[in-house]
Amino acid sequence: MSETQEQPVVLDARNITKQFGGLTAVADVTFEVPERAIVSIIGPNGAGKTTFFNMLTGFYKPTLGKISFEGRNVTGGRPDVIMKLGMARTFQNIRLFSTMTAMENVMVGQNSRMAAGLFGAIFHTPKVRREEKAVREKAREELEYVGLGTRTHDQLAINLAYGDQRRVEIARALASSPRVLLLDEPTAGMNPQESGELTEFMRRLRDERGITIVLIEHDMKVIMGVSERISVLDHGEKIAEGAPAEVRSNPRVVEAYLGKQATVEG
Amino acid sequence: MSSTAATSPARSRSRRGFQSPPWAEKAAAPILLVLAILLPFLFDPGSAFIADCVLALAYTVMALGLNIIVGFAGLLDLGYVAFFAIGAYTLGWLGSGFFAFVNHSKGIHVGVNAFTSALPGIHLNFVLVLVAAVLFTTIAGMLIGLPTLRLRGDYIAIVTLAFGEIIGRIARNGDDIKLAKIPIVGGPFENAFGKDQTFTAGVQGITPTDKISIPGLDPFTQLNQRPWYYVALVLVGIVLFVNFRVRDSRLGRAWIALREDEVAAVAMGVPSVKTKLLAYGTGAAFGGISGAFLGSYNSTVNADQFQFYFSILILGMVILGGLGSIWGTVLGAWTLTFINFWLLPDVLNSLPSKIGLNFDMTQITFGIYGFLLVIMMILRPQGLLPERRRAMEMTDSEGGEDSQILTARA
Repeated sequence: MSETQEQPVVLDARNITKQFGGLTAVADVTFEVPERAIVSIIGPNGAGKTTFFNMLTGFYKPTLGKISFEGRNVTGGRPDVIMKLGMARTFQNIRLFSTMTAMENVMVGQNSRMAAGLFGAIFHTPKVRREEKAVREKAREELEYVGLGTRTHDQLAINLAYGDQRRVEIARALASSPRVLLLDEPTAGMNPQESGELTEFMRRLRDERGITIVLIEHDMKVIMGVSERISVLDHGEKIAEGAPAEVRSNPRVVEAYLGKQATVEG
Repeated sequence: MSSTAATSPARSRSRRGFQSPPWAEKAAAPILLVLAILLPFLFDPGSAFIADCVLALAYTVMALGLNIIVGFAGLLDLGYVAFFAIGAYTLGWLGSGFFAFVNHSKGIHVGVNAFTSALPGIHLNFVLVLVAAVLFTTIAGMLIGLPTLRLRGDYIAIVTLAFGEIIGRIARNGDDIKLAKIPIVGGPFENAFGKDQTFTAGVQGITPTDKISIPGLDPFTQLNQRPWYYVALVLVGIVLFVNFRVRDSRLGRAWIALREDEVAAVAMGVPSVKTKLLAYGTGAAFGGISGAFLGSYNSTVNADQFQFYFSILILGMVILGGLGSIWGTVLGAWTLTFINFWLLPDVLNSLPSKIGLNFDMTQITFGIYGFLLVIMMILRPQGLLPERRRAMEMTDSEGGEDSQILTARA
């Protein structure tokens, strides 16, 4: 934790509360992400992790609190605007555009980095043509970067294998050249080998591209292996925060979360 | 073009989903174009068949417009007739003697032939009327888009349906609306148009409307369908061109992404409000173009033309042809036009008397029409020429996808 504090904070959520009617899904959570860090949010099902993600990315407006991204206040901003600022995400249940090809999916990911409008599209100006070419090229690069060969590029997303769909979703998020990437249970449904590859890939993303990664995960092996810092949510409250070793030995965490896991495994 | 669409779902799923050969779409255009240009010369200039073709072309323009809204962007619009009406009234207002007292009964004339220049009322060149129609319908399209932005599926359908009805009602009752009596702007209107000027001519219709006139050519008449046919063909050509260009662009991808999964599209930086409004606006503009053309071609702009039935007819063309498929929509438009204006009234109506029966076929034409539609949809639920994506989606029945199909189509 002491290392990461030297880095400037890229994403800063202060005292975030979200109420749905009488239900408090997230209660007064403060969450900081240093630049180029890999941080995780864990917690039992229904702890408010995804709700919290949805507030960071603009899908929900927090009832209380303030979210800043690179010093800019983005509280309650529109998701597409927040994406354009440099924060991209994936979804817990893969949400690809199922009847578009892998390439097209990744091209949509670059939408916010493109300028072509209706008239540009109709008249196919040289500028639009160049842009289209560059976008196609970038989509190909991103697909290859996440480990998808040319064979898969023109397949419809729905026809891809599950693991490949996850990769396309990450490539689609990367296509916008984000500085922060939010991954919502990226290893769900993966076998241990695939999870291991993904863990490795997250490190590569951070090291090669300097992307900050915020992760929601259930797989303890992935979390303990990759995170520099872990925040634990339970019933909408942050009950612990710190380096993996600290969190692991925190009695509240064990009780709320790992304790259950231990009995299941034991 | 897409005969492979009928191959087994298993095979089309296994590879790249359904795809017609890449050259098919490119080869189709020139072949169809040559056929379309030669067609009128195979028939008498005044033949009813060519007249039906003119209608088919005009409806193709509309169907292609609606295909952008429903097929590409996935916004079910049941009030498309509104854009037909607004386009037609644009011609009625700007290309007829309707505003008889304008400019001290001398009329306003821009770019029209000598004969029309002597008439009272506003008479603009057809191209200018088209520009105005595009402008009006685009604005109307975006206005109807606004209240639906926060809605999904069926709810969009209800709002658009109501919008179509509202415009139809205004058209019908517009002969009771005296422009001079409108609050605030009534005074200037009275000075400009006279004190008895109404908003529309109701069911009586604005008749006659200006015929399209092109310098160097004889004025268009109903006796010679060929010039109408070629003007309509040019309009279809322009609209097809725009459709293809836009579909394969950033905007087209954004539309399809919104149709497939709005949450994901927005998360990927697609601004949903702007993108949807562009779909409504573009789709509406094509309805306006076609409406202005039909206003001139029919020689009347009559409130009876703008009924709910018409919205369904155009939507039927899009669905029958294949939602989201450009060539499918064209084929759907031609199929339904010919069933409606040729097969049912001309062929089937004389059938009972030919075989010695004595009953009035016109009584059951709607029944036959419905029956044909049902049969076609049972045989080809994905449409006659399905969109590559759609074809695959419709044949896929694996768990979880059904609900997606429903939301995408709703």
